[in-house]
Amino acid sequence: MTTAVQRTLLPTLVSRGSELASGEKQLAALARAAIRGDRGGDFDSHLENAGLSPLRATGIEVFQINVGKVCNQTCAHCHVDAGPTREEVMSRATAELCMGVLSRTNIRKVDITGGAPELCPSFEYLVRESRRLGRHVMDRCNLTVLTLPRFASLPGFLAENRVEVIASLPHDRALSTDRQRGEGVFERSIEALKRLNSVGYGRPGSGLRLVLVTNPVGAFLPGTTQAAMLAEWKRELSRLHGIVFDDLYSITNMPISRFLDWLMRTGNLEDYLQRLVDAFNPAAAAGVMCRGMLSVGWDGTLYDCDFNQMLELPVGFGQPRHLLDFERALLERRRIVTGRHCFGCTAGAGSSCGGKTT
Amino acid sequence: MLGLSGALMDTYYHPSDLPKFAEIGANAPELARKFFDWYTAVFRDGALSAREKSLIALGVAHAVQCPYCIDAYTQDTLSKGCDLDQITEAVHVAAAIRGGASLVHGVQMRNVATKIGM
Repeated sequence: MTTAVQRTLLPTLVSRGSELASGEKQLAALARAAIRGDRGGDFDSHLENAGLSPLRATGIEVFQINVGKVCNQTCAHCHVDAGPTREEVMSRATAELCMGVLSRTNIRKVDITGGAPELCPSFEYLVRESRRLGRHVMDRCNLTVLTLPRFASLPGFLAENRVEVIASLPHDRALSTDRQRGEGVFERSIEALKRLNSVGYGRPGSGLRLVLVTNPVGAFLPGTTQAAMLAEWKRELSRLHGIVFDDLYSITNMPISRFLDWLMRTGNLEDYLQRLVDAFNPAAAAGVMCRGMLSVGWDGTLYDCDFNQMLELPVGFGQPRHLLDFERALLERRRIVTGRHCFGCTAGAGSSCGGKTT
Repeated sequence: MLGLSGALMDTYYHPSDLPKFAEIGANAPELARKFFDWYTAVFRDGALSAREKSLIALGVAHAVQCPYCIDAYTQDTLSKGCDLDQITEAVHVAAAIRGGASLVHGVQMRNVATKIGM
């Protein structure tokens, strides 16, 4: 944990010229960490022991579209290394390719992420077209984007299209939230939540689902049950701010990108990785999200998950690697590309875009 | 009396000793089993949440000045969603009770002094 509240905008790894901006260098840093135990830090060996090797997809229930790395924040733990200075963003042509592929399948859920996905010029097109195709749409929202003047109408747009909002808020108080996401972010996030509540999000019977996503602010694992934390957050956010919401997902910080950089700079990497490895849970591994999703990059490249995407590890083992070559029958039973970072999804109760996996 | 010297015990407290806590059962397994079962049950969600119990444990850890417990329950409270403001207040609660416990004995001092003084 840093001793001072971070500046509102940290520089990205790319703008700092850090070698950890490279997925290959991140994987090498993880591989160098000394891990104790019979199977060391070999993820595949843990999978094998759990009877899950090789790890394969079981279908494609979620079509996750990462529209790029542009964001109005630079959170200290961001696995995307997103920020205002990043330029990678999905073009209209690639967005149309996404919708073309989606229209040829019956994949039920479209999960739009980034960066701040709303900053992508094709965001509204993706939402409207996915809805026109009858799919459930999720927006992974950083909340503060809703407080930017040009997005004043965004809550209404999301409500009109019945988009499920999955919003990041690491902590239910300002101190830890601002340490991780930037000074003043908590206050602006609360304002955004009030705007979402005002159009019906989180209100019983509205059908407008509002989910918050919490993650540890430091080198430790989520240590309480999601149900207990949900009750605590509902009570406190209602008591202090009058905010209502539907659910709370608790996720583990993935030791890649800016969180990896922080772990290394603070001397926490080996202890954190060891915790993840020691907490490997076969039940959590069986339910990892990559088995039921396909992740699409801003340029149309296909990945097993958003983390592999940021490590520049496309789908492997001879599978189609781009939307142009999309072939569902092959991809939905593909072998998943794994590595040491995967321990981030299999520790304890498990971790995924939908919270725990057990 | 001289303490054990060298590598065996160059300091009375060491972080690597905390994971060895279960070894305390080596010579009294039944007693240890009862203790650890009871300990585990105490910290489950009950009339108080596990998070509230963890904060109490952190305060007590400071009152009894147990470095193992301070390490363990600092991590446990953070992982249960407490922040640095909240766990600092828990330490102040412990300190206030310890300080107050000293100060309230001043009443005893005053009783004695009043009785024998002019």
